[in-house]
Amino acid sequence: MHKIKTIIRKEWAEVFKNRMVLFTIIFMPLLLTALPLIILYATRDAGVGDMSAEMPAQIAQLCNDELSMGECFQVYMVSQFMIMFMMIPLFIPVNIAAYSVVGEKTTRSLEPLLATPITTAELLAGKNLASSIPAVVASWIGFAVFAVGAFLISGSPRLTAALLDPMWLLAILLVGPLLALLSVNFSIMVSSRVNDPRVAEQLSAVVILPLLALFFGQISGLVILNSKLILGIAAGLILLDGILIYLAIRLFERETILTRWK
Amino acid sequence: MIHTENLTKRFKTTLAVENLNLDIREGEVFGFLGPNGAGKTTTVRMLTCLIAPSSGSAVINGYPVGKQDTQIRRSVGILTETPGMYDNLSAEFNLEIYANLYEVKDPKGQVEKYLRMLGLWDRRMDEAGTFSKGMKQKLAIARALLHEPRILFLDEPTSALDPEAALLVREFIAELRKEGRTIFLCTHNLDEADRLCDRVGVFKTQLLALDTPARLRSQLFGRKVVFHLRRSDEALSVQVRSLSYVKDARIVDNKLLVTLDDPDEHNPEIIRMLVGAGAEIQFVGELRHSLEDVYMQLVASPK
Repeated sequence: MHKIKTIIRKEWAEVFKNRMVLFTIIFMPLLLTALPLIILYATRDAGVGDMSAEMPAQIAQLCNDELSMGECFQVYMVSQFMIMFMMIPLFIPVNIAAYSVVGEKTTRSLEPLLATPITTAELLAGKNLASSIPAVVASWIGFAVFAVGAFLISGSPRLTAALLDPMWLLAILLVGPLLALLSVNFSIMVSSRVNDPRVAEQLSAVVILPLLALFFGQISGLVILNSKLILGIAAGLILLDGILIYLAIRLFERETILTRWK
Repeated sequence: MIHTENLTKRFKTTLAVENLNLDIREGEVFGFLGPNGAGKTTTVRMLTCLIAPSSGSAVINGYPVGKQDTQIRRSVGILTETPGMYDNLSAEFNLEIYANLYEVKDPKGQVEKYLRMLGLWDRRMDEAGTFSKGMKQKLAIARALLHEPRILFLDEPTSALDPEAALLVREFIAELRKEGRTIFLCTHNLDEADRLCDRVGVFKTQLLALDTPARLRSQLFGRKVVFHLRRSDEALSVQVRSLSYVKDARIVDNKLLVTLDDPDEHNPEIIRMLVGAGAEIQFVGELRHSLEDVYMQLVASPK
Protein backbone atom coordinates (compact mmCIF):
# COMPACT_ATOMS: atom_id res chain seq x y z
CA MET A 1 0.00 0.00 0.00
CA HIS A 2 2.95 2.28 0.79
CA LYS A 3 4.28 1.95 -2.76
CA ILE A 4 0.82 2.59 -4.24
CA LYS A 5 0.56 5.78 -2.18
CA THR A 6 4.00 6.83 -3.41
CA ILE A 7 2.95 6.36 -7.04
CA ILE A 8 -0.25 8.35 -6.42
CA ARG A 9 1.73 11.21 -4.82
CA LYS A 10 4.18 11.20 -7.71
CA GLU A 11 1.44 11.15 -10.36
CA TRP A 12 -0.49 13.98 -8.73
CA ALA A 13 2.62 16.08 -8.25
CA GLU A 14 3.32 15.73 -11.96
CA VAL A 15 -0.24 15.96 -13.26
CA PHE A 16 -1.25 19.03 -11.30
CA LYS A 17 1.73 20.89 -12.74
CA ASN A 18 0.31 20.30 -16.21
CA ARG A 19 -1.92 23.30 -16.93
CA MET A 20 -3.95 21.53 -19.62
CA VAL A 21 -4.85 18.68 -17.31
CA LEU A 22 -5.60 21.05 -14.46
CA PHE A 23 -7.83 23.12 -16.77
CA THR A 24 -9.72 19.99 -17.82
CA ILE A 25 -10.20 18.86 -14.22
CA ILE A 26 -11.60 22.26 -13.18
CA PHE A 27 -13.34 23.49 -16.32
CA MET A 28 -15.22 20.36 -17.30
CA PRO A 29 -17.06 19.79 -13.99
CA LEU A 30 -17.84 23.51 -13.87
CA LEU A 31 -19.37 23.42 -17.35
CA LEU A 32 -21.31 20.22 -16.80
CA THR A 33 -22.62 21.48 -13.46
CA ALA A 34 -23.58 24.88 -14.83
CA LEU A 35 -25.47 23.45 -17.82
CA PRO A 36 -28.40 21.79 -15.93
CA LEU A 37 -28.53 24.74 -13.52
CA ILE A 38 -28.86 27.16 -16.43
CA ILE A 39 -31.65 25.03 -17.88
CA LEU A 40 -33.35 24.93 -14.51
CA TYR A 41 -33.10 28.70 -14.24
CA ALA A 42 -34.27 29.28 -17.82
CA THR A 43 -37.33 27.04 -17.40
CA ARG A 44 -38.40 28.27 -13.96
CA ASP A 45 -41.33 30.27 -15.45
CA ALA A 46 -41.89 28.17 -18.56
CA GLY A 47 -45.47 27.40 -19.51
CA VAL A 48 -45.83 23.69 -20.26
CA GLY A 49 -48.75 23.75 -22.64
CA ASP A 50 -49.04 20.61 -24.75
CA MET A 51 -45.44 19.54 -24.07
CA SER A 52 -46.59 17.41 -21.19
CA ALA A 53 -47.76 14.93 -23.78
CA GLU A 54 -44.17 14.37 -24.94
CA MET A 55 -42.87 13.51 -21.50
CA PRO A 56 -41.94 9.92 -20.70
CA ALA A 57 -44.61 8.09 -18.80
CA GLN A 58 -42.75 7.88 -15.47
CA ILE A 59 -42.22 11.66 -15.39
CA ALA A 60 -45.81 12.32 -16.37
CA GLN A 61 -46.75 10.02 -13.49
CA LEU A 62 -44.56 12.10 -11.17
CA CYS A 63 -46.45 15.21 -12.25
CA ASN A 64 -49.80 13.86 -11.22
CA ASP A 65 -48.71 12.75 -7.77
CA GLU A 66 -46.27 15.27 -6.37
CA LEU A 67 -45.20 18.07 -8.69
CA SER A 68 -46.93 20.83 -10.54
CA MET A 69 -46.87 20.64 -14.36
CA GLY A 70 -44.23 23.41 -14.46
CA GLU A 71 -41.95 21.61 -12.00
CA CYS A 72 -42.54 18.37 -13.79
CA PHE A 73 -41.39 19.95 -17.03
CA GLN A 74 -38.27 21.30 -15.31
CA VAL A 75 -37.42 17.84 -13.98
CA TYR A 76 -37.87 16.42 -17.45
CA MET A 77 -35.65 19.05 -19.08
CA VAL A 78 -32.89 18.91 -16.49
CA SER A 79 -32.89 15.10 -16.44
CA GLN A 80 -31.86 15.11 -20.09
CA PHE A 81 -28.54 16.64 -19.04
CA MET A 82 -27.98 14.81 -15.77
CA ILE A 83 -26.29 12.01 -17.65
CA MET A 84 -23.60 14.49 -18.59
CA PHE A 85 -22.36 14.21 -15.00
CA MET A 86 -21.22 10.74 -16.04
CA MET A 87 -18.96 12.41 -18.59
CA ILE A 88 -16.74 13.79 -15.81
CA PRO A 89 -15.41 10.45 -14.46
CA LEU A 90 -15.00 9.23 -18.03
CA PHE A 91 -13.23 12.21 -19.54
CA ILE A 92 -10.87 13.43 -16.79
CA PRO A 93 -9.03 10.10 -16.36
CA VAL A 94 -8.40 9.92 -20.11
CA ASN A 95 -6.38 13.14 -19.81
CA ILE A 96 -4.40 11.91 -16.84
CA ALA A 97 -3.95 8.22 -17.62
CA ALA A 98 -3.12 8.61 -21.30
CA TYR A 99 0.14 10.27 -20.20
CA SER A 100 0.82 7.83 -17.40
CA VAL A 101 2.80 5.21 -19.30
CA VAL A 102 3.66 7.12 -22.49
CA GLY A 103 4.81 10.06 -20.37
CA GLU A 104 7.17 7.77 -18.46
CA LYS A 105 8.43 6.44 -21.79
CA THR A 106 9.15 9.87 -23.24
CA THR A 107 11.01 11.06 -20.13
CA ARG A 108 12.84 7.70 -19.95
CA SER A 109 11.82 7.43 -16.32
CA LEU A 110 10.13 4.05 -16.75
CA GLU A 111 13.32 1.96 -16.65
CA PRO A 112 14.55 3.14 -13.24
CA LEU A 113 10.97 2.88 -11.97
CA LEU A 114 10.63 -0.72 -13.17
CA ALA A 115 14.03 -1.55 -11.64
CA THR A 116 12.59 -0.91 -8.16
CA PRO A 117 10.89 -3.73 -6.23
CA ILE A 118 7.43 -2.47 -7.25
CA THR A 119 5.11 -5.07 -8.81
CA THR A 120 3.13 -4.41 -11.99
CA ALA A 121 -0.12 -4.66 -9.99
CA GLU A 122 1.12 -2.03 -7.47
CA LEU A 123 2.31 0.28 -10.23
CA LEU A 124 -0.96 0.06 -12.15
CA ALA A 125 -3.04 0.34 -8.98
CA GLY A 126 -1.20 3.58 -8.17
CA LYS A 127 -1.73 4.93 -11.66
CA ASN A 128 -5.38 3.81 -11.62
CA LEU A 129 -6.18 5.55 -8.35
CA ALA A 130 -4.17 8.66 -9.23
CA SER A 131 -6.29 9.08 -12.37
CA SER A 132 -9.69 8.02 -11.08
CA ILE A 133 -9.81 9.71 -7.64
CA PRO A 134 -9.69 13.32 -9.01
CA ALA A 135 -12.35 12.41 -11.57
CA VAL A 136 -14.72 10.83 -9.07
CA VAL A 137 -14.20 13.61 -6.52
CA ALA A 138 -14.76 16.25 -9.22
CA SER A 139 -18.02 14.58 -10.31
CA TRP A 140 -19.26 14.26 -6.72
CA ILE A 141 -18.41 17.88 -5.95
CA GLY A 142 -20.09 18.92 -9.19
CA PHE A 143 -23.22 17.00 -8.25
CA ALA A 144 -23.24 18.47 -4.74
CA VAL A 145 -22.94 21.98 -6.19
CA PHE A 146 -25.78 21.14 -8.58
CA ALA A 147 -28.01 19.94 -5.68
CA VAL A 148 -27.44 23.13 -3.70
CA GLY A 149 -27.83 25.27 -6.83
CA ALA A 150 -31.05 23.49 -7.80
CA PHE A 151 -32.55 24.18 -4.38
CA LEU A 152 -31.47 27.83 -4.46
CA ILE A 153 -32.81 28.40 -7.97
CA SER A 154 -36.10 26.55 -7.61
CA GLY A 155 -36.72 27.25 -3.93
CA SER A 156 -38.81 24.10 -3.99
CA PRO A 157 -37.84 21.13 -1.77
CA ARG A 158 -40.19 18.90 -3.83
CA LEU A 159 -38.47 19.79 -7.08
CA THR A 160 -35.01 19.36 -5.55
CA ALA A 161 -36.00 15.97 -4.16
CA ALA A 162 -37.28 14.93 -7.60
CA LEU A 163 -33.99 15.96 -9.20
CA LEU A 164 -31.99 14.11 -6.55
CA ASP A 165 -33.85 10.94 -7.35
CA PRO A 166 -32.20 7.77 -5.91
CA MET A 167 -31.59 6.72 -9.51
CA TRP A 168 -29.25 9.69 -10.05
CA LEU A 169 -27.59 9.20 -6.68
CA LEU A 170 -26.96 5.59 -7.69
CA ALA A 171 -25.58 6.76 -11.02
CA ILE A 172 -23.27 9.37 -9.51
CA LEU A 173 -22.09 7.37 -6.50
CA LEU A 174 -21.80 3.92 -8.08
CA VAL A 175 -21.68 4.17 -11.86
CA GLY A 176 -19.36 7.22 -11.77
CA PRO A 177 -16.44 5.44 -10.05
CA LEU A 178 -16.99 2.36 -12.25
CA LEU A 179 -16.85 4.52 -15.35
CA ALA A 180 -13.68 6.17 -14.06
CA LEU A 181 -12.05 2.75 -13.64
CA LEU A 182 -13.15 1.76 -17.14
CA SER A 183 -11.69 4.92 -18.60
CA VAL A 184 -8.40 4.63 -16.68
CA ASN A 185 -7.75 1.02 -17.53
CA PHE A 186 -8.60 1.51 -21.16
CA SER A 187 -6.25 4.51 -21.28
CA ILE A 188 -3.45 2.59 -19.54
CA MET A 189 -3.87 -0.28 -22.01
CA VAL A 190 -3.63 2.12 -24.93
CA SER A 191 -0.81 4.05 -23.27
CA SER A 192 1.22 0.85 -22.81
CA ARG A 193 1.04 0.03 -26.51
CA VAL A 194 1.64 3.38 -28.22
CA ASN A 195 4.59 5.76 -28.17
CA ASP A 196 2.92 9.15 -28.54
CA PRO A 197 0.91 10.80 -25.74
CA ARG A 198 -1.38 12.52 -28.26
CA VAL A 199 -2.20 9.22 -29.96
CA ALA A 200 -2.84 7.67 -26.53
CA GLU A 201 -5.21 10.48 -25.62
CA GLN A 202 -7.10 10.36 -28.91
CA LEU A 203 -7.49 6.58 -28.85
CA SER A 204 -8.50 6.61 -25.19
CA ALA A 205 -11.21 9.19 -25.90
CA VAL A 206 -13.10 6.41 -27.76
CA VAL A 207 -14.29 5.25 -24.36
CA ILE A 208 -16.67 8.24 -24.22
CA LEU A 209 -18.67 7.12 -27.25
CA PRO A 210 -21.03 4.62 -25.49
CA LEU A 211 -22.02 7.31 -22.98
CA LEU A 212 -22.71 9.79 -25.77
CA ALA A 213 -24.87 7.13 -27.43
CA LEU A 214 -26.80 6.78 -24.16
CA PHE A 215 -27.19 10.57 -23.94
CA PHE A 216 -28.57 10.89 -27.46
CA GLY A 217 -30.72 7.78 -26.94
CA GLN A 218 -32.24 9.43 -23.89
CA ILE A 219 -32.82 12.77 -25.64
CA SER A 220 -34.45 11.07 -28.59
CA GLY A 221 -36.62 8.97 -26.30
CA LEU A 222 -35.15 5.66 -27.46
CA VAL A 223 -33.71 4.97 -24.02
CA ILE A 224 -35.56 5.60 -20.78
CA LEU A 225 -33.21 5.77 -17.81
CA ASN A 226 -34.49 4.19 -14.61
CA SER A 227 -32.99 2.56 -11.53
CA LYS A 228 -33.19 -0.88 -13.10
CA LEU A 229 -31.22 0.22 -16.15
CA ILE A 230 -28.66 2.06 -13.98
CA LEU A 231 -28.17 -1.09 -11.89
CA GLY A 232 -27.83 -3.10 -15.07
CA ILE A 233 -25.22 -0.66 -16.36
CA ALA A 234 -23.39 -0.87 -13.02
CA ALA A 235 -23.34 -4.69 -13.16
CA GLY A 236 -22.07 -4.58 -16.74
CA LEU A 237 -19.37 -2.09 -15.76
CA ILE A 238 -18.19 -4.22 -12.82
CA LEU A 239 -17.68 -7.12 -15.24
CA LEU A 240 -16.05 -4.92 -17.87
CA ASP A 241 -13.76 -3.25 -15.32
CA GLY A 242 -12.63 -6.67 -14.08
CA ILE A 243 -11.77 -7.72 -17.62
CA LEU A 244 -9.98 -4.43 -18.38
CA ILE A 245 -7.92 -4.52 -15.15
CA TYR A 246 -6.85 -8.08 -16.02
CA LEU A 247 -6.00 -7.08 -19.58
CA ALA A 248 -4.16 -3.91 -18.50
CA ILE A 249 -1.89 -5.98 -16.23
CA ARG A 250 -1.38 -8.64 -18.92
CA LEU A 251 -0.65 -6.09 -21.65
CA PHE A 252 1.79 -4.18 -19.45
CA GLU A 253 4.79 -6.26 -20.56
CA ARG A 254 7.85 -4.69 -18.95
CA GLU A 255 10.22 -6.22 -21.49
CA THR A 256 8.24 -5.13 -24.54
CA ILE A 257 7.78 -1.62 -23.16
CA LEU A 258 11.48 -1.24 -22.44
CA THR A 259 12.97 -2.84 -25.52
CA ARG A 260 10.59 -1.59 -28.21
CA TRP A 261 10.68 1.99 -27.06
CA LYS A 262 13.26 4.00 -29.04
CA MET B 1 28.20 -11.67 -6.12
CA ILE B 2 27.40 -11.81 -9.84
CA HIS B 3 27.53 -15.18 -11.54
CA THR B 4 26.26 -16.03 -15.00
CA GLU B 5 26.30 -19.27 -16.94
CA ASN B 6 25.73 -19.29 -20.67
CA LEU B 7 23.45 -16.27 -20.31
CA THR B 8 21.80 -15.64 -23.67
CA LYS B 9 19.27 -13.14 -24.97
CA ARG B 10 17.64 -13.35 -28.36
CA PHE B 11 15.14 -10.81 -29.74
CA LYS B 12 13.27 -12.66 -32.49
CA THR B 13 16.02 -13.06 -35.07
CA THR B 14 18.66 -10.92 -33.34
CA LEU B 15 21.12 -12.49 -30.96
CA ALA B 16 21.96 -9.75 -28.45
CA VAL B 17 23.92 -11.72 -25.85
CA GLU B 18 25.43 -15.15 -26.45
CA ASN B 19 26.59 -17.59 -23.78
CA LEU B 20 27.91 -15.03 -21.33
CA ASN B 21 29.89 -16.56 -18.47
CA LEU B 22 30.93 -14.21 -15.68
CA ASP B 23 32.01 -14.54 -12.10
CA ILE B 24 32.37 -11.19 -10.37
CA ARG B 25 33.59 -11.14 -6.79
CA GLU B 26 32.37 -9.02 -3.90
CA GLY B 27 33.97 -5.57 -3.85
CA GLU B 28 35.26 -5.86 -7.39
CA VAL B 29 34.90 -3.10 -9.97
CA PHE B 30 34.21 -4.89 -13.21
CA GLY B 31 34.40 -3.03 -16.50
CA PHE B 32 32.12 -4.26 -19.25
CA LEU B 33 33.56 -2.85 -22.45
CA GLY B 34 32.06 -2.97 -25.88
CA PRO B 35 30.98 -0.84 -28.82
CA ASN B 36 27.46 0.58 -29.18
CA GLY B 37 24.97 -2.19 -29.86
CA ALA B 38 27.27 -4.85 -28.38
CA GLY B 39 24.59 -5.98 -25.90
CA LYS B 40 25.93 -4.30 -22.76
CA THR B 41 22.63 -2.63 -21.81
CA THR B 42 20.73 -5.85 -22.58
CA THR B 43 23.08 -7.69 -20.22
CA VAL B 44 22.53 -5.13 -17.45
CA ARG B 45 18.78 -5.34 -17.98
CA MET B 46 18.90 -9.12 -17.62
CA LEU B 47 21.03 -8.92 -14.49
CA THR B 48 18.68 -6.36 -12.91
CA CYS B 49 15.59 -8.43 -13.80
CA LEU B 50 14.18 -5.86 -16.22
CA ILE B 51 14.11 -8.38 -19.04
CA ALA B 52 14.22 -12.16 -18.95
CA PRO B 53 17.09 -14.19 -20.41
CA SER B 54 16.24 -16.47 -23.35
CA SER B 55 18.46 -19.19 -21.90
CA GLY B 56 21.24 -19.70 -19.40
CA SER B 57 21.21 -18.57 -15.80
CA ALA B 58 22.40 -15.80 -13.53
CA VAL B 59 22.69 -15.45 -9.78
CA ILE B 60 22.92 -11.99 -8.24
CA ASN B 61 23.87 -11.64 -4.58
CA GLY B 62 22.80 -15.26 -4.07
CA TYR B 63 19.39 -14.83 -5.73
CA PRO B 64 18.65 -16.56 -9.03
CA VAL B 65 17.39 -14.30 -11.82
CA GLY B 66 13.83 -15.19 -12.84
CA LYS B 67 13.03 -16.76 -9.48
CA GLN B 68 13.75 -14.13 -6.83
CA ASP B 69 13.55 -10.97 -8.90
CA THR B 70 12.10 -8.80 -6.13
CA GLN B 71 14.98 -9.67 -3.78
CA ILE B 72 17.45 -8.91 -6.59
CA ARG B 73 15.84 -5.53 -7.26
CA ARG B 74 16.07 -4.72 -3.54
CA SER B 75 19.76 -5.59 -3.40
CA VAL B 76 21.03 -3.83 -6.53
CA GLY B 77 21.19 -0.24 -7.63
CA ILE B 78 21.07 0.77 -11.27
CA LEU B 79 22.16 3.87 -13.11
CA THR B 80 20.42 3.64 -16.44
CA GLU B 81 21.88 4.93 -19.69
CA THR B 82 19.74 8.10 -19.43
CA PRO B 83 19.04 9.61 -16.00
CA GLY B 84 15.23 9.45 -16.48
CA MET B 85 14.37 11.91 -13.72
CA TYR B 86 10.93 13.49 -13.29
CA ASP B 87 11.84 16.90 -14.68
CA ASN B 88 8.82 18.74 -13.22
CA LEU B 89 9.55 17.58 -9.70
CA SER B 90 12.19 18.83 -7.30
CA ALA B 91 15.45 16.94 -6.87
CA GLU B 92 14.48 16.09 -3.31
CA PHE B 93 11.04 14.78 -4.25
CA ASN B 94 12.53 12.73 -7.10
CA LEU B 95 14.73 10.93 -4.57
CA GLU B 96 11.98 10.63 -1.96
CA ILE B 97 9.82 8.74 -4.46
CA TYR B 98 12.55 6.16 -4.98
CA ALA B 99 13.45 5.98 -1.29
CA ASN B 100 9.83 5.02 -0.63
CA LEU B 101 9.67 2.54 -3.49
CA TYR B 102 12.85 0.86 -2.19
CA GLU B 103 11.28 0.85 1.30
CA VAL B 104 14.20 2.76 2.82
CA LYS B 105 13.78 3.01 6.61
CA ASP B 106 14.71 6.68 6.91
CA PRO B 107 13.84 8.10 3.48
CA LYS B 108 14.36 11.77 4.36
CA GLY B 109 17.67 11.04 6.05
CA GLN B 110 18.98 8.98 3.14
CA VAL B 111 17.88 11.59 0.62
CA GLU B 112 19.68 14.30 2.57
CA LYS B 113 22.80 12.13 2.95
CA TYR B 114 23.21 11.58 -0.78
CA LEU B 115 22.16 15.06 -1.84
CA ARG B 116 24.84 16.45 0.45
CA MET B 117 27.41 13.85 -0.60
CA LEU B 118 26.93 14.74 -4.26
CA GLY B 119 26.86 18.48 -3.68
CA LEU B 120 23.18 18.94 -4.62
CA TRP B 121 21.73 19.83 -1.22
CA ASP B 122 21.53 23.55 -1.96
CA ARG B 123 19.59 22.83 -5.16
CA ARG B 124 17.26 20.26 -3.58
CA MET B 125 14.10 22.29 -4.11
CA ASP B 126 14.86 23.03 -7.77
CA GLU B 127 13.10 21.06 -10.47
CA ALA B 128 15.30 18.30 -11.90
CA GLY B 129 14.56 19.68 -15.37
CA THR B 130 16.60 22.79 -14.56
CA PHE B 131 19.72 20.74 -13.80
CA SER B 132 22.72 20.39 -16.11
CA LYS B 133 23.52 16.94 -17.55
CA GLY B 134 26.22 16.42 -14.95
CA MET B 135 23.91 17.34 -12.07
CA LYS B 136 21.18 15.07 -13.41
CA GLN B 137 23.68 12.25 -13.63
CA LYS B 138 24.74 12.84 -10.05
CA LEU B 139 21.08 12.87 -9.01
CA ALA B 140 20.60 9.56 -10.83
CA ILE B 141 23.62 8.11 -9.01
CA ALA B 142 22.13 9.26 -5.70
CA ARG B 143 18.88 7.55 -6.68
CA ALA B 144 20.76 4.30 -7.36
CA LEU B 145 22.39 4.43 -3.91
CA LEU B 146 19.47 5.42 -1.66
CA HIS B 147 18.78 1.86 -0.51
CA GLU B 148 22.50 1.17 0.06
CA PRO B 149 22.82 -1.65 -2.48
CA ARG B 150 25.94 -3.83 -2.28
CA ILE B 151 25.89 -4.24 -6.07
CA LEU B 152 25.75 -1.30 -8.41
CA PHE B 153 25.16 -1.40 -12.15
CA LEU B 154 26.37 1.73 -13.90
CA ASP B 155 25.47 1.98 -17.56
CA GLU B 156 27.71 4.55 -19.29
CA PRO B 157 27.92 6.82 -16.23
CA THR B 158 30.09 9.48 -17.87
CA SER B 159 28.83 9.44 -21.44
CA ALA B 160 27.64 12.85 -22.68
CA LEU B 161 29.23 14.61 -19.70
CA ASP B 162 31.78 17.39 -20.00
CA PRO B 163 35.28 16.48 -18.74
CA GLU B 164 34.79 18.21 -15.40
CA ALA B 165 31.50 16.49 -14.65
CA ALA B 166 32.92 13.16 -15.88
CA LEU B 167 35.84 13.55 -13.50
CA LEU B 168 33.49 14.19 -10.57
CA VAL B 169 31.48 11.09 -11.41
CA ARG B 170 34.66 8.99 -11.75
CA GLU B 171 35.91 10.23 -8.39
CA PHE B 172 32.60 9.28 -6.83
CA ILE B 173 32.81 5.79 -8.33
CA ALA B 174 36.31 5.50 -6.85
CA GLU B 175 34.80 6.42 -3.45
CA LEU B 176 32.15 3.74 -3.83
CA ARG B 177 34.87 1.25 -4.61
CA LYS B 178 36.58 2.12 -1.32
CA GLU B 179 33.31 1.31 0.48
CA GLY B 180 33.62 -2.24 -0.84
CA ARG B 181 30.62 -2.18 -3.16
CA THR B 182 30.61 -4.43 -6.18
CA ILE B 183 30.39 -2.30 -9.31
CA PHE B 184 29.45 -3.47 -12.78
CA LEU B 185 30.56 -0.62 -15.02
CA CYS B 186 29.41 -0.55 -18.63
CA THR B 187 31.49 1.82 -20.63
CA HIS B 188 33.22 2.47 -23.88
CA ASN B 189 35.48 4.99 -22.19
CA LEU B 190 38.61 2.84 -22.05
CA ASP B 191 40.65 5.27 -20.04
CA GLU B 192 37.92 5.25 -17.40
CA ALA B 193 37.89 1.45 -17.31
CA ASP B 194 41.68 1.34 -17.08
CA ARG B 195 41.68 3.67 -14.09
CA LEU B 196 38.72 2.28 -12.18
CA CYS B 197 38.38 -1.41 -12.91
CA ASP B 198 39.98 -4.41 -11.27
CA ARG B 199 39.05 -6.57 -14.24
CA VAL B 200 37.50 -5.87 -17.61
CA GLY B 201 35.49 -7.96 -20.01
CA VAL B 202 35.59 -7.01 -23.67
CA PHE B 203 32.20 -7.82 -25.10
CA LYS B 204 30.54 -7.84 -28.48
CA THR B 205 27.50 -10.12 -28.31
CA GLN B 206 29.85 -12.61 -26.69
CA LEU B 207 32.69 -12.20 -24.25
CA LEU B 208 35.90 -11.76 -26.24
CA ALA B 209 38.35 -11.45 -23.35
CA LEU B 210 38.26 -11.20 -19.57
CA ASP B 211 41.13 -10.28 -17.28
CA THR B 212 42.86 -7.39 -15.53
CA PRO B 213 43.76 -4.54 -17.91
CA ALA B 214 47.48 -5.23 -17.34
CA ARG B 215 47.21 -8.92 -18.14
CA LEU B 216 45.12 -8.27 -21.22
CA ARG B 217 47.83 -5.95 -22.51
CA SER B 218 50.48 -8.48 -21.75
CA GLN B 219 48.56 -11.37 -23.33
CA LEU B 220 47.87 -9.50 -26.52
CA PHE B 221 51.02 -7.54 -27.03
CA GLY B 222 53.64 -9.02 -24.72
CA ARG B 223 55.73 -6.56 -22.72
CA LYS B 224 57.92 -4.11 -24.58
CA VAL B 225 61.05 -2.49 -23.20
CA VAL B 226 62.52 0.54 -24.88
CA PHE B 227 66.26 1.27 -24.64
CA HIS B 228 67.11 4.84 -25.58
CA LEU B 229 70.58 4.82 -27.19
CA ARG B 230 72.96 7.66 -27.97
CA ARG B 231 73.52 6.14 -31.44
CA SER B 232 71.46 3.51 -33.22
CA ASP B 233 73.11 0.37 -34.51
CA GLU B 234 71.16 -2.37 -36.35
CA ALA B 235 73.71 -4.96 -35.18
CA LEU B 236 72.54 -4.46 -31.60
CA SER B 237 69.04 -5.59 -32.46
CA VAL B 238 70.36 -8.70 -34.19
CA GLN B 239 72.45 -9.53 -31.15
CA VAL B 240 69.52 -9.05 -28.73
CA ARG B 241 67.20 -11.09 -30.95
CA SER B 242 69.54 -14.03 -30.59
CA LEU B 243 68.63 -14.34 -26.89
CA SER B 244 66.21 -17.23 -26.37
CA TYR B 245 63.67 -15.30 -24.25
CA VAL B 246 63.45 -12.30 -26.58
CA LYS B 247 60.46 -12.45 -28.89
CA ASP B 248 61.36 -9.47 -31.01
CA ALA B 249 63.91 -6.64 -31.16
CA ARG B 250 63.81 -3.68 -33.52
CA ILE B 251 65.63 -0.40 -33.94
CA VAL B 252 63.36 2.63 -34.42
CA ASP B 253 65.25 5.91 -34.66
CA ASN B 254 67.60 5.89 -31.67
CA LYS B 255 65.50 3.41 -29.74
CA LEU B 256 65.82 -0.33 -29.41
CA LEU B 257 62.39 -1.92 -28.85
CA VAL B 258 62.56 -5.35 -27.23
CA THR B 259 59.50 -7.60 -26.74
CA LEU B 260 59.78 -10.22 -24.00
CA ASP B 261 57.66 -11.88 -21.32
CA ASP B 262 59.56 -11.05 -18.18
CA PRO B 263 61.54 -7.79 -18.33
CA ASP B 264 62.07 -7.75 -14.55
CA GLU B 265 64.06 -10.96 -14.86
CA HIS B 266 65.88 -10.39 -18.15
CA ASN B 267 66.51 -6.64 -18.41
CA PRO B 268 69.80 -6.70 -16.46
CA GLU B 269 71.25 -9.33 -18.82
CA ILE B 270 70.18 -7.38 -21.92
CA ILE B 271 71.71 -4.19 -20.50
CA ARG B 272 74.98 -6.03 -19.79
CA MET B 273 75.00 -7.37 -23.37
CA LEU B 274 74.33 -3.94 -24.90
CA VAL B 275 76.99 -2.21 -22.78
CA GLY B 276 79.42 -5.00 -23.65
CA ALA B 277 78.69 -4.41 -27.33
CA GLY B 278 79.57 -0.74 -26.94
CA ALA B 279 76.07 0.72 -26.79
CA GLU B 280 75.62 3.91 -24.80
CA ILE B 281 72.29 3.60 -22.98
CA GLN B 282 70.69 6.90 -22.03
CA PHE B 283 67.71 5.42 -20.21
CA VAL B 284 65.41 2.40 -20.16
CA GLY B 285 61.61 2.30 -19.90
CA GLU B 286 58.62 0.07 -20.52
CA LEU B 287 56.42 0.80 -23.50
CA ARG B 288 52.83 0.45 -22.29
CA HIS B 289 49.97 -0.37 -24.60
CA SER B 290 46.76 1.35 -23.70
CA LEU B 291 43.55 -0.51 -23.00
CA GLU B 292 42.35 1.12 -26.19
CA ASP B 293 44.95 -0.91 -28.13
CA VAL B 294 43.67 -4.07 -26.44
CA TYR B 295 40.09 -3.14 -27.18
CA MET B 296 40.72 -2.29 -30.81
CA GLN B 297 42.67 -5.49 -31.30
CA LEU B 298 39.85 -7.57 -29.82
CA VAL B 299 36.83 -5.78 -31.20
CA ALA B 300 38.21 -5.19 -34.68
CA SER B 301 39.40 -8.79 -35.09
CA PRO B 302 37.66 -10.88 -32.48
CA LYS B 303 38.68 -14.20 -33.94
